[in-house]
Amino acid sequence: MAGLAVPTWDPETAVLIGTILLEAIVLYVGYGGLERLLGPYLMKLLLGGESDAR
Amino acid sequence: MLGSVLEGGGVLGTSPEMLALFVGFGLVVGVLFGFFGMGGSFLVTPALLMLEYPAPVAVGSGMAFVFGTAVIATLKHHDLGQVDYKLGVIMITGTTIGIEAGRTTVYYLESLGLAGGIISVAYVVLLGGVGAMVTRDALDGDGDGGVDHEAADQDLSEYEIPEIAKTIQETVRIPPMVTLRGDVRVSAWVITAVAFATGLLSGFLGVGGGFIRMPAMIYAIGVPVPVAVGTDLFEIVFSGGLGSYLYGQGGGVDLGIVAPLLFGSALGARIGSAATAVVDADGIKIYFGGMLLIGAIAVGIGEVGSYLGSPTLELLGLVLVIGAAVVVALAIVYTTVSSLRETRRQGTTAAD
Repeated sequence: MAGLAVPTWDPETAVLIGTILLEAIVLYVGYGGLERLLGPYLMKLLLGGESDAR
Repeated sequence: MLGSVLEGGGVLGTSPEMLALFVGFGLVVGVLFGFFGMGGSFLVTPALLMLEYPAPVAVGSGMAFVFGTAVIATLKHHDLGQVDYKLGVIMITGTTIGIEAGRTTVYYLESLGLAGGIISVAYVVLLGGVGAMVTRDALDGDGDGGVDHEAADQDLSEYEIPEIAKTIQETVRIPPMVTLRGDVRVSAWVITAVAFATGLLSGFLGVGGGFIRMPAMIYAIGVPVPVAVGTDLFEIVFSGGLGSYLYGQGGGVDLGIVAPLLFGSALGARIGSAATAVVDADGIKIYFGGMLLIGAIAVGIGEVGSYLGSPTLELLGLVLVIGAAVVVALAIVYTTVSSLRETRRQGTTAAD
């Protein structure tokens, strides 16, 4: 925990942490979209195509 | 071509082999985090140390990974309406002041030569108290009284406020009163006092504070468990972000490590989280405990290898840490797929 340790302004570090933040948001949204798109297909693939056969 | 892009880009500066290793390890860590609701960073930092990264880079990158993971988990809880930002902001303010007060107290006690003894006693009282309270609640109820991430999926209206929190809410009615998620109405002074006290303990004991904050929010403020989980993650976004920034200023955050780890863990967390709906976590918790023990032994072997200058022992330590995590993650995925197939087979048989 950082307590009241006040960091000095460093643009390079701010960009670095901002990049991680942005990546996290993009991954959350991106994987969420992929889950909706490919989820049903993957489930069918994992569980075998029994229902299709019927 | 790919190598030159990755190396020459100057952004990641990590070889394709290492990128693949980090994505894979992130995937495994993500499955464990998604399934158990914990268990990520403590595998990452030792693994990085065994890969011979300097300690500040291992700790700083581990912290940045926790920050990224907390952002993703907070977004998920936000979508489920389980983050109380009002509570979060008051908690962050009170906690930060409390941490500084705790740190000052430690230095004062150190000057008197009393710090070690008092801190040890505080640890015993605190851990014993929290443990007894959670256990008693679990025994009194239907066994769901513990603070586990499965509770995060409960409906807020189903949540029952603990007696102690009800008493505090009814007794302390000093304005301004704040209405929190789950229709909990409590004095802002209670939240500030709880935040200050947890921050004080956190600064005094030198711990992150999640294991104190969560029960404090549930038992002292009366926040529903899912909201306590979500709001705690929101706080970790701030503490992890600030910690990462401080490490980053000293060159301790390596994007070539954090980015691929997050890439893998974000996917793994979705798989692990989905698996909780299918598999009973209690059955696999024993493996989780075993994995932690193997991890501890592996770190020890790695340290001995490093001390003796034996690359074989260092490699053995690394293989054990990663291997144990991989085995548990595979056990989760295998059990989930087997359970799903079994359920489906039974469903089709019944239909026939």
